[in-house]
Amino acid sequence: MSHSTASVITLNINGEKHTLPVDHRTTLLDALRERLDLTGTKKGCDQGQCGACTVLLDGRRAVSCLQLAVAAEGREVTTIEGIADGDQLHPVQQAFLDLDGYQCGYCTPGQVCSAIAMIEEHAAGWPSAVTADVRPQAEAAPLTAEEIRERMSGNLCRCGAYVSIVRAIAEAARPGVPRPPSPSGELGHLAGSEETEGVA
Amino acid sequence: MTTMTGPTPVTGAVGTAHTRIEGLDKVTGAARYAGDVPYAELAHGWLVLSTIARGRIRSVEADPVLAMPGVLAVLHHGNAPRVNADYTGLLGRPDPTVAVFQHDRVPFAGWPVALVVAETSEQAREAAEALVVHYDEEPHDVAFFAGHPGTYTPEGNPRMQAEAGKGDLEAELTASAVVVDAEYTTPQEHHNPLEPHAAMARWDSGRLEVIDSNQGSTWVAEELANLFSLDPSSVRVRAEHVGGAFGSKGVRPHQVLAVMATTVLHRPVRVVLTRRQLFSLVGYRSPTAQRVRLGADPDGRLRALDHQALNLTSKVHEFVETSAGLGRVMYDADAHHTVNRVVALDVPTPTWMRAPGAAPGSFALECALDELAEKCGVDPIALRARNEPDAGPVSGLPFSSRNVLACFQEGARRFGWADRDPRPGQRRDGRWLIGTGTAAATHPSGVAPSTASVTAEPDGTFTVRITAADVGTGARTALTLIAAEALEVEPERVRVRIADSDFGQAMVAGGSMGTRSWAWAVTSAVRELRELLVLGDGIPPEGITARSNTAEAVGALPMRERHAFGAQFAEVGVDVVTGEVRVRRMLGIFAAGRIVNPLTARSQLVGGMVWGLSMALHEEAARDQASGALVGADLAGYHFAANADVPLIEADWVDDPDDEDPVGGIKGIGEVSIVGVAAAIANAVWHATGVRHRHLPIRPDRVLLAGTATA
Repeated sequence: MSHSTASVITLNINGEKHTLPVDHRTTLLDALRERLDLTGTKKGCDQGQCGACTVLLDGRRAVSCLQLAVAAEGREVTTIEGIADGDQLHPVQQAFLDLDGYQCGYCTPGQVCSAIAMIEEHAAGWPSAVTADVRPQAEAAPLTAEEIRERMSGNLCRCGAYVSIVRAIAEAARPGVPRPPSPSGELGHLAGSEETEGVA
Repeated sequence: MTTMTGPTPVTGAVGTAHTRIEGLDKVTGAARYAGDVPYAELAHGWLVLSTIARGRIRSVEADPVLAMPGVLAVLHHGNAPRVNADYTGLLGRPDPTVAVFQHDRVPFAGWPVALVVAETSEQAREAAEALVVHYDEEPHDVAFFAGHPGTYTPEGNPRMQAEAGKGDLEAELTASAVVVDAEYTTPQEHHNPLEPHAAMARWDSGRLEVIDSNQGSTWVAEELANLFSLDPSSVRVRAEHVGGAFGSKGVRPHQVLAVMATTVLHRPVRVVLTRRQLFSLVGYRSPTAQRVRLGADPDGRLRALDHQALNLTSKVHEFVETSAGLGRVMYDADAHHTVNRVVALDVPTPTWMRAPGAAPGSFALECALDELAEKCGVDPIALRARNEPDAGPVSGLPFSSRNVLACFQEGARRFGWADRDPRPGQRRDGRWLIGTGTAAATHPSGVAPSTASVTAEPDGTFTVRITAADVGTGARTALTLIAAEALEVEPERVRVRIADSDFGQAMVAGGSMGTRSWAWAVTSAVRELRELLVLGDGIPPEGITARSNTAEAVGALPMRERHAFGAQFAEVGVDVVTGEVRVRRMLGIFAAGRIVNPLTARSQLVGGMVWGLSMALHEEAARDQASGALVGADLAGYHFAANADVPLIEADWVDDPDDEDPVGGIKGIGEVSIVGVAAAIANAVWHATGVRHRHLPIRPDRVLLAGTATA
């Protein structure tokens, strides 16, 4: 491999720094899976259509198959392996487990990452296509089943576990369920955060 | 004296909700699927597929690609190891698609023509995309339509005759007061498990090891042993976690290619299919063209039932989508005729896909029943009750259990069917027309020989070994509950190990036969073990193991019509401005024997109903007649139901006991739940709009063009 096609980069993943040489063509997804043995992030389509490879980039959900590894330098990457706090599952993980929000489990890491960021997006006042009142001064709409369905439609599940997925997310997002802070802290309100590159 | 259970035997594991044994691994990302297991010195294979639909490969320009960085090999028909595809395996003769690189003929677009193997997947991919292949192209025929001149009636087999009948069909149709004669079509559909097919192969101390994603590891191991002329004991295939299968995960080119490549390169090789490659290499559901003729007395009693179904197959292998089989179970008539016909085209071979035959067949037959109900002025449920057979309509055999009417009764109560105005086009909600529909569901409940072992460990736990596969069904958990119940211990004391061909022959996860077949083997082994433990006086360090083989018992099972049944209910809204159909709610009530794990069973049943919704409204693969290839072969071009497409769906079940059953009345539940859903939705669309939609999917353009028949 010639020098022009590879670089040594440092990735910050789940709070740990990893320095490694990567082929410039390597996606963040392949770097995680093939180079760092973080295989919890799944490859379902490799072209941004299924959401199985969803990770958190600076706290926002992104499909890692459409992100080059070299472009992830300096970003805070959280994968499914970094979601639980030791043996303590994240409430979203716990709800998926308890309420059977999956079947084969292949889309699950992406669903879990996506749901965690989605709950934050909603809490930050981001509207969705089914939000009735999208004016900035509108009161926050509740996170209804319809809102969850719309906001989670970037994550395909071929087993058809959607009904349980929605139920699990609603349970985890219930007021009073303690949730750890987003990996990147606060999400900006929509007005101040228009860049949504690779958003699932 | 060894006591197995302690002072109080523990019972009731079967029938009690249990979260998935591997659930923690799945929600934390720790579960390793086939493409997730790391190996030192792993090389990566990337497939090159044909760009023509029919012809010959003139040349593969491998040299420039071999000079590219990291490229280790380019395998093609000119240099690949020879394989033997002339054998009959567990499920019949192999599709010649698996005998890759054995000749220069191209039988369809997307046929494997080369495998590039390189140090990294990036290098393999770039080299594969750079590989130039020259072809001599020949004219192809990929056009599927009713009345294709190449149509023929296949030979059929003892389990499913191609054609069956009784009575004088034309005479009964003539004598019928009411006749329905309608044609229905369903499109080509693709399984698209979220996990693409992947396999790693390596030689380890004289044994071939394959880490795979499949529905049956002994099945795949035997096929590979046959193909490569190996001693079966020298092949080990494992598939610990499988990211969905739905009929597509048998022996496919990726395993064969991984074995070829590791044999040539003497290092581990992984071949992962891309999403696009799945569309031509792992099978699909054939499109169907069906004609149903029903003749009835004014009260709806059937005098004639005729169901003629056509599907396509490839020119290299015959696959029959047995769409006309449903009527042989569901409804009797004085004259009864059902036939499955086939036409061979220059396309990949279709295969089993969730409820093969029953899914498309039920769309035609259950819509036709609804049309008959309308013409007779009889409630659709009453019509079905009026035609409920006492025995198999064609076989004459008794049903082991048949509780379809109980499903309709319970479903109607919960769905609020009694309040329904039978006239179409009566309900409106803003710009949405609202309608409700129903349909019956059924699927065979078969069983096949399997082996299992159960070991009593010195620490008081038990280890079950069986080559089952958990493709998302919850099989690992279900077998844990079944073993615990048979052992009369808590499920926590039972460890179930699956998906390793070294555990011995077992039925594949398919045909709704897995759980029933495996449960029989596991409970038989437990029975043996309990006898050994009663005799014994202590458990040695290696434990005490009992083995079972159900072949003889399966062969001695009395002949019955054994099926699961169900009743599907759907409410839809039809947007008269955009033509969009949205399902508002669905309810499925099933009679599916003894439910092992209510938590995962409900998930599986609802999942099947989501498949039915997806089939009714979304799924459709389009083949371009000019190139012979699919258009938009990816998850954007091929839409299956996303979260926002799926409303609240409920599934439940009624009692469905079978006291004579040696497996405790366990039936399969993986497929019955998709059956009838598309018909229930189409019938609801008629109820909303007054227009029959006989072609799937019910797309907005079709709805707009058809208009409405309401005031």
